[in-house]
Amino acid sequence: MAPSTTPDVIERPTDEVDVRPDKPWIVLVWNDPINLMSYVTFVFQKLFGYSKEKAEKLMLDVHEKGRAVVSSGPREKAEIDVFRLHEHGLWATMQRDD
Amino acid sequence: MVRRRRLLRRRNDGSIEVAFPDWLRDEIGNLLGQLRQLMTTDSPADDRLERLFPPAYPDDAEAEAEYQGFMRVELVSSRLAAIDKVEATLYDEQIDDAQLTAWMAAINDVRLVLGTLLGVTEDVDHASLDEKDPNFGGFLLYDQLTFVLGEIIEVLSTAL
Repeated sequence: MAPSTTPDVIERPTDEVDVRPDKPWIVLVWNDPINLMSYVTFVFQKLFGYSKEKAEKLMLDVHEKGRAVVSSGPREKAEIDVFRLHEHGLWATMQRDD
Repeated sequence: MVRRRRLLRRRNDGSIEVAFPDWLRDEIGNLLGQLRQLMTTDSPADDRLERLFPPAYPDDAEAEAEYQGFMRVELVSSRLAAIDKVEATLYDEQIDDAQLTAWMAAINDVRLVLGTLLGVTEDVDHASLDEKDPNFGGFLLYDQLTFVLGEIIEVLSTAL
């Protein structure tokens, strides 16, 4: 038995809306020649509550590899983290964790 | 042999003793005044300020414009608030952790701008810079700020 009326094919949204759910964002800190190593370590401890060991390891990653992922999460959280890092004069950016 | 006097010392009651000489306080106050002026009266695209307002989304112009639209004014007011706090306590002999945190933020900001102006890189050692070099005075100031900031971080770290 066929229905007398068939619905149209459900329209696909034409706008390119990114619907990947909960795709986490990562916050990167980039190496720079000015900020002191002790300062960067201190900021990681203060902003993220990391232990001195973890903060130092991240700082050394930034220093030696040029950058490190310092936090991740939903976009809103990542943006707040970036803002707080900028507030402290660190070179932070955010992007999708692809 | 002379034992170097520390610029900052945490007292047993938790407060912080500031033993900065007046010339250093004058110098910090002068630099902070310049930083305020740079942030409030000059063009936002001034590349001396690039280190204070880095891009959040370097590969997404639209998201970046939105971020700058919302956050830049917040970043400026947060930096101005730190400068105000330092100026209010610039000649104090005793301050607390919140006040010293403002000192740290403001002095780091000034150091970032000065380092940008001087073109500081990791590869160039300026310790052997000639006295006649036009940047000699600037690097002297930069090194003083490095020293002061190091002491501030040391003291604040003990309260983490």
